[in-house]
Parts: sequence; C-alpha cells; structure tokens
Amino acid sequence: MSSEKNKPTVQTTGHAWDGDLQEFNNPLPSWWLWTFYATVIFAIIYWVLYPAWPVGDSFTKGMMNDITYTTADGKTKTTHWNTRSLFLKEMQVAREDQAKYLKDINALTFEQIRSSEEKSAFANSMAKVLFADNCAACHQAGGNGVVGRYPNLLDDAWLWGGSFNKIQETITNGRTGSMPGFKASLSAKQISDVAEYVLSLSGNEANAAAVKNGKAVFSGQGGCAACHGADATGQDFMGSANLTDKVWTIADVAGADTAAAKKDAIMNVVKNGKTREMPAWKNRLSTTEIKILTYYVHELGGGK
Amino acid sequence: MPESLYQERIEIFPRSVTGRYRSIKTGILIFAYTVYFLLPWLRWEREVGSTQAVLFDIEGRRFYIFDLVVYAQDIFWLAGLLVIAAFLLFFVTGLAGRVFCGYFCFQTLWTDVFIFIERLVQGERNARMKLHKAAWSNNKIFKIGLTHFLWVLVAFFTGLSFTLYWGNAPDLMIQMLTGDAPFAAYATTLFLTLTTYVMAGLAREQVCTYMCPYARFQAVMFDSDTLIVAYDEKRGERELGRKKPAKGLMTSAERDNASVGDCIDCGYCVQVCPTGIDIRNGMQYQCISCALCIDACNTIMTSIKFPEGLIKYSSEHALEGKKTRLFKAKNIGYAAVMLLTVALLIWSIATRSDIEMLVQQVRQPLSVTLSDGSIQNRYDIKINNKTTKPVKYRISIEGLDGAELDMGHFTEISLAAEHSVKVNAKVRVSPGNVSQSRTKFNFVIDSVDSKIKHKVSQQNIFYVPEKQLIQK
Repeated sequence: MSSEKNKPTVQTTGHAWDGDLQEFNNPLPSWWLWTFYATVIFAIIYWVLYPAWPVGDSFTKGMMNDITYTTADGKTKTTHWNTRSLFLKEMQVAREDQAKYLKDINALTFEQIRSSEEKSAFANSMAKVLFADNCAACHQAGGNGVVGRYPNLLDDAWLWGGSFNKIQETITNGRTGSMPGFKASLSAKQISDVAEYVLSLSGNEANAAAVKNGKAVFSGQGGCAACHGADATGQDFMGSANLTDKVWTIADVAGADTAAAKKDAIMNVVKNGKTREMPAWKNRLSTTEIKILTYYVHELGGGK
Repeated sequence: MPESLYQERIEIFPRSVTGRYRSIKTGILIFAYTVYFLLPWLRWEREVGSTQAVLFDIEGRRFYIFDLVVYAQDIFWLAGLLVIAAFLLFFVTGLAGRVFCGYFCFQTLWTDVFIFIERLVQGERNARMKLHKAAWSNNKIFKIGLTHFLWVLVAFFTGLSFTLYWGNAPDLMIQMLTGDAPFAAYATTLFLTLTTYVMAGLAREQVCTYMCPYARFQAVMFDSDTLIVAYDEKRGERELGRKKPAKGLMTSAERDNASVGDCIDCGYCVQVCPTGIDIRNGMQYQCISCALCIDACNTIMTSIKFPEGLIKYSSEHALEGKKTRLFKAKNIGYAAVMLLTVALLIWSIATRSDIEMLVQQVRQPLSVTLSDGSIQNRYDIKINNKTTKPVKYRISIEGLDGAELDMGHFTEISLAAEHSVKVNAKVRVSPGNVSQSRTKFNFVIDSVDSKIKHKVSQQNIFYVPEKQLIQK
C-alpha cells in the first residue's frame, strides 16, 4: 500500500505489542488540558466552601458560608449556605425595604393617599397583588365578580356602602346578606306582578296593570319595602340592593335576551331568595393590608 | 516529550522609529488616553440627576452624555450609532484600507503603550532580544518583573477607568479602594485588567491575526484602488534585486544604471513591524497598516540621501502605473448610508418629546355598566417626565362624544423631574352617545404651564358590549 516515503511521521506511545502493534500518540491540545485542570481546581475549592459530599445520613456543610436571616415571625436563624436560606434572606431584605412604604401608608389618611401620585401608585400596585392572592378567587382577577354570586366591584353600586370606612368595615368583619324566599308567602301571580314592578323600576318594559298590582304587593303584603325601602333604593346598613338602578347583582337581567327571560330571572330570586357571605379578613390580613385593599377597591369602581 | 502539534509563537521585539506616521500615531494615542482616562472625572452641571459629564447609570436606567440624557426607551439610538460606526469603518476601509487597525484600534493603542513600557525598562530591540535569550539572573528577574508590574498597573487603571463610567467616579473610586464597591465593579475591573494585560502584554499581534474578525472581513472592502502600505518593488528590486551599498552603488542613480534595486536590505522595516512581517513580500493579512515601516524606510533613505517613498501609502493600481479612482459607487454608497443614518439620528434626538405617555386599556373586564346605565372603560396610563424639571400635566380625551374622563382624585398630575407614574383613568359614556361597539379616540397629554416640548396623543379604543348598544 503505502511506500516507505509516504509513511506518516507520527509519534507513538513507545510500546509495541505482538512485534509491530503500536499506538499513536495524539496529545490533547494544551489549552484544553489547562482548562480541564482549572475546572478540577475550581471543583476542589467549591467542595471546601459549599455543601458538596454526602456523608452517611448527612453531608459536608462547607466553610465560611453562614447565612443569618430573620423569618416573618421574627425568629433569627443561622444556617450553612443553602438556596432556601438564601431565599429567606432575600425575603427578609425585601420585607425591610417594603416596611418603610407601609409605614407611610399607615400614617396617611385615605384622602392623603389618593391625592399623592406616588403613594396612590404604590398602594395600587401592592393592592393588585393582595387582591389577586385573596380576593380574585370570588371577585375575579379584574374585580368584576360573577352575577348571582359575587358582587361586581367595578361599578358604582354598593350594597354595603362605598365610602372608605364602609369598605374597610366590609373587608375587616365580612358581611352576610340574606334575601328570604317568597314562594310560600306569595302566590304565583303576586310574584309575577312584583317582578313586573321591579322591571319597571329600572326603566325596563313592563305590563302597566301588573306593575300597579306589583307595587301594592311590594309595599304591602310582600313586605319587600321593609328591606329595599319604600322607594326601592335599598339600604346599605343591611345590604339590600337598590332596585332602581341599572346594575343587577343577583338576577341577571342585563344578561337576559328576551323580556320573558328578564322577568324569569327576577321571579327566581323573589321565589327562592338568596344568601351571600363575604368572609371576614381581620384574622388573615394585617390592618395595613386591609387599608391598601380598601383604597384599591374604592378606586376600582366609583367609590362614594 | 511528545512533539507539539502547534507552532510556537515567534517572539517579536519591535524596534522604535521616528517619523511622520509615528508622530500621528503618538498624537492619536495621547488624545485617546486623555479622553478615556479623564472623561469620567469631568463634572457637568445639571438641574437634576448626576453631575458627571458622562455616566452610564444602569440602576437609574439612563445614560448621561453631557447635555443629553438617554432613557431606556431611547436605546434604539445605540443601533443608529452602531450603524454609523459600521459604515464609517466600511467607508474608511474602502478608501484608505485598515486605517482603524493601524491608528485607532484599542488593541493597537494599548499594545503600543505596552511596547513603550517594555522598551523603557528593558531597552531597545537588541537589548530586549539579548535579555530574552539570557539565563535567569537577578537583573533579568528585576527587569522582566518590573515590565510585568507596570503592565498590570496600566491594565488595572484601564479596567478601573472603564468601571468609573458606570458610577459616580469619585464615590466609586473611594468605594473601590475601601472594599465597599458592588461586586459588578470589582468583576468588571478585574476582567478588564486581565484582558488588557493578556491582550496587550502577552497576545499582542496574535489578537489581530487569529482573533479579530474585522481584520478578516475588511479584506472584502478592499479593491485595487484602496490605499495600502506597499513596497515599491519596481524601484526596490529592479532586475538584480537588493544589494548592500557598495562602491559604485552609493546613489539611486548609480544603482539604476547598474540595474540594482534601491533597497539596501537593512531590515529596518522588518524590525519595526509590530506584527513581525516583511512588507517587501507584498500585501499580507497580518499587516495592520500602521505605517511604521514607511517611517523606518524613509529614515534610512534620507540618511543615505536616496529619495523617500520606497515603502509608501499606495494602491495596487498606482503601483501598476494606473490611475487610482477613489470616488466609486461603493465608497459613495457607504458614505451615503452613513450620512443618512447620522441625519436620522440627529433628527431623532432633536425631536424627542419631553413627555412619554403609554395608555393601556384594562381588559379584565373590557367594560362595566354603572347604575345610571352608562358604560365605563378603564385605562392604565403611564406618564414619563423626561425633563429635568417638575412638570404639571393635564390629560384629556378627544374624539369621544359625551364622554367623561375620571382620574380619581386628580385633575392635574404633578410629576417630579425625571420621574414616571402610573395613573388609573376611567372613561364613562352614556349608551345613547355611542353607536358602535368599538370607538377610536385619543388621550392627549399636555403640560399645564406649557413649558415643555410637544403634547403627546395616543389612540385607544372605547368598548361597548353589543347588548348595551341595542338597548338604547
């Protein structure tokens, strides 16, 4: 095959087996070799400084790497380096950073917060997170609620009052709103007439004769006016709805397509009633958090 | 020891030279160093923000460049700057070859300084070569050690100066020395110290020949009219080639008669070359066009009273005796693109608005019905005051009939200098006023005292659900 002249002049490892079997010597590039040595040195330093080797049930903890942190409930701990402690330390730093903003918010009145561009921007951005964590499960991420179940916080209709103080009270102590069912005490016609009357209150088309009868039931035998008021505008100390506005919180009149469907929606509520509960948050959120949420909810809709 | 598969680097000991191009290079070097090392210390008066003339404030997300403050959203100017730099490089290279490599590249500048230090400590080329070959002695240890110490010192100040552009220089300097500076400052300084020391001290011409991509792609922009550092082979060699000066060959005219080249083969041009090549072998990729061989050759030619210019800036066409054409479509094209980008960049900087407003509709939900039946949409408005003064803003809406804008407690928004804020805005329309589901309208922002440049308007959409439209 190859003549003596063309034979490559390569190095061999120097050993010969079976007389003529030899191995080429192809050295690694030196830059590669030195990089490899450097990684070895790096690894050894790493083993010394950081947790590395399992030893029985335990492991080597590393040296000079203590992390001291304070937890949210005020306990101070010191551990060897680990990512969990590192995280808790970062949380501690973030908490301390946030504390001065919260102190400001605590010291200000709602009016002062809403007249400061920077304080209101802070309250809004922090409340967005609190709202998403605590309130969005029922009131939805945007605060628009679910008709028939959870009130919409974006409109300007407030069952329990829309002032800062009322909203703060609602979040702190919770509310239970209860409308009794009238299917036992009112006849089917009376319920139908009341429904026509309620439709007419907010400007929907209704049968004039039925409206007249319905009005009589509303303020008389039905006893509706006892809670909703003689003018049907509701009373916020007991959470009774204003029936004269265009906002529907339980009966989905706005979402119904036909006049019959609208009436059905109202009749259903009159027949069966509705009980809704807003839980109290005083044991789950701090007063500052409730204050920030109050500001946020107030600004979401048309707070009073 | 196994035989190495790689060629070892042949150490280069460039000899010093004086002349026109050396002076130009030294001038550029002094200018560049003065600017680079002193600029971070220059103060600049501003109403707000840093008092440093040039500061790249990453934390505050703005770059201060004298009277210009560049915000994060203006960062596309950087693209303009890079385009200009690229086409300037193309243009100059097409015209005059590797001018950047020879005179302006930091590799060239820093290598120059490192060679200067080497010469200062170890002496001229011959002394350095002797020292290099000599056995280790106290003298050698001292001289080599001192050279490397000075190199590291220059490298350290190079790294430190770079770092000082990214923080308030006097504070950062003190922090660096007392150990209070941020990790990034130390890491940057260390990294640049290391790279400067390795690149300018140890790697030198290898950076240009093996690592630098510009060196390779600049060849693409060359043509036969491009200026190159060239050896006049016709005159230097003639028919009989180079010869040392001897009797009867002492003047250019005598040598011409004897058909002997003007090159006396003194080797000075090779000795001064920082990349260690012989320019007489023609154009080579290692040549960075530093023109030191021109200075060297001219020095010798003058001393033996030969005409200058045996090695000179020339073009292939000129060497062949043809005309050099510099104004050609390619070069004019490079220049045109460059000037266009410069114009665009200046226009963009000059017409930048002092306010920035970003309006985003809240989409969760898109609309809500209020108790009187009117429809409300909500918008998040972000306002950015780019001026160095506090400004009072007024926001209004245009193009939405019967609409009411409600920004909570605010009718006017005051914003501190160089600050931004987020405002919640609600827009209400009674259903009778809107005939379509999506109405386009504008948010307009203007300053109350109208001291600022440009009012800004941004289009958005008012949404009404189909059902509410029918109901009216």
